[in-house]
Amino acid sequence: MTWRQKSLTYLVVGPFAIVLAFPFYLALVTMFKTNDDLAIQTHSPYLINDAEGNFHWDFWNDATTEHVRFLFEDTNYPQWLLNTLLVGGAVVAITLVLAMPAGYALARLAGGWGQSAGVGIFLIYLIPPTLLFLPLSRIVTNLDLKDSLWGLILVYPSFTIPFATWLLMGFFKTIPQELEDAALVDGCSRLKALYRIVLPISLPGILTVVIFAFSLCVNEFIYAFTFISTSEQRTVSAGIPNDLIRGDVFFWQSLLAATLIPAIPLALLYNAFLDRFIKGFTGGAFR
Amino acid sequence: MEAHAAPRRQPGTRRWRRALEDRRVLAPLLIAPAIIFMVLVVGVPFVWAIYLSMTDAIGGSLSGNWVGFDNFTTAWSDDNFQKALRNTLIFTIASQVLVVIGAAVLSAFLVRDFRGKWIVRFLVVLPWAAPVVLSTITWLWILDSLYSVLNWTLDRLHLDHALVWIFDVTHFEEGAQVPLQWLGRPNLALLAITLVHAWRILPFAVVIFIAGRASIPNEVEDASRIDGATGLKKLWYVDLPLQLPIALVAVLFGIVFTAGDFAVVYLLTAGGPFNSTQVLPTWAFQIGINSGSLGEGAAISLYLFPLLILVTVAMLFFARRAQVT
Repeated sequence: MTWRQKSLTYLVVGPFAIVLAFPFYLALVTMFKTNDDLAIQTHSPYLINDAEGNFHWDFWNDATTEHVRFLFEDTNYPQWLLNTLLVGGAVVAITLVLAMPAGYALARLAGGWGQSAGVGIFLIYLIPPTLLFLPLSRIVTNLDLKDSLWGLILVYPSFTIPFATWLLMGFFKTIPQELEDAALVDGCSRLKALYRIVLPISLPGILTVVIFAFSLCVNEFIYAFTFISTSEQRTVSAGIPNDLIRGDVFFWQSLLAATLIPAIPLALLYNAFLDRFIKGFTGGAFR
Repeated sequence: MEAHAAPRRQPGTRRWRRALEDRRVLAPLLIAPAIIFMVLVVGVPFVWAIYLSMTDAIGGSLSGNWVGFDNFTTAWSDDNFQKALRNTLIFTIASQVLVVIGAAVLSAFLVRDFRGKWIVRFLVVLPWAAPVVLSTITWLWILDSLYSVLNWTLDRLHLDHALVWIFDVTHFEEGAQVPLQWLGRPNLALLAITLVHAWRILPFAVVIFIAGRASIPNEVEDASRIDGATGLKKLWYVDLPLQLPIALVAVLFGIVFTAGDFAVVYLLTAGGPFNSTQVLPTWAFQIGINSGSLGEGAAISLYLFPLLILVTVAMLFFARRAQVT
């Protein structure tokens, strides 16, 4: 690239990156602000300031971890994180068990109607959760699963399975058919070929599905918000807005810390698996 | 191993084994568990919700008297429903226009190789990776009525009064026009929600657009260069048609994510002020759960579904046609 092309690239991607990441930068700064620094409106919201509102390069002397400690010691936040992990883990396991065979069958065995089924799976996505949750909340109550993580574990696969099947279908299609044929010729049964040949090769794809399905569970709001009413049973997405915002009282520093902490590991994982995600995603739609 | 085990096996087991090798048997067998599960957790509630929308069921019960399409007509004639429908369309269309423009520009540069690319990519993907509820709370802080960092910045740049003038924001309190109440004035709240949607969908669209660019074979690039296609001409006749199918997929997902969204609007404004930012999902929640009119709530939710089906079918149709040519 020429020098001009290079600077143009930075001029375009720079502002985009700044705008997109800005809320996270702001959360990072604000979570360490003292109450005075936060409340006095002449103080810059972009920086951590001293009592007079001036910024110093040794800003950690003007910062406080009191609000982060409050979050971990005086709220149910650690419990919510744990609940989120539990629900996400269980849902991902159910999703894989059901979606892997289905995705494989649609990619390899179903023939012509596999493609149509792919579109059909997509249509399931269009049913608004606000519609489903009216009857679902009653069903969950009748099953005596209200206020329990099991209610969420039962309902969440309703949106992770279509997504995972679609994605896995794409991954399986990218695996050369010859590999399986060779195994079949060698006397392997189809199921054994799936288990011994296809699954190990697709491991990166399966991991991608694990990460994105897990993240869908963390993202979910309306079921977590309506099915569960005791604080200890909540997930992060429902617990934070419910318990850390009390009417007009916002625990801003703790709130922002609570929002930033789960986002960072998720973003790292997303970046690590982004290229594979693209492969599976577009493979499912077009091929 | 197979040879040793075979003689001891019952004939029935062997017939099963043979059947498992037949794709007409194996395929349905592998798909069935997923389908059965989906029927139970999606199919049944969906049909039930359609039934509910035609009854006068109220909160706590799952049945009621048959009222036909009454709920649909009652919902439609409500001013707030009209507003919610209009807002759903505004948020979806306006944010997707911003997303497509942004993604087209950003993806064109992100496919290049440059130093620090990984950190740029990390920052760009953040809004998509962060759970939507959590990032919306961060936006609540950015748009706060007292501490808004936007107002602080606009004040320093002496632009706040210009914005007051542009958006014709007048507060009820005399003279108190600034700070701007981003979530407290209808037009500002509409703008804020649109921007938050665009912000959170953009990274996803960028990723899909990059995939679209990557899928264009190098031969096409070479051929168009030989044929003398450059600049805008190349963009219009070569790049755009080739990227269209995948761009449509990005937009399709963007539309579904935005139109069906509940969390962003609910957390930012809860539909307020004065129901001016209600969208169909939040209005359905308001009527179906908060007011307890289960039937009408279901009817409101159901208005969205045919709309989304129509959009999807149209876009998949165009995507496939664009792909064939």
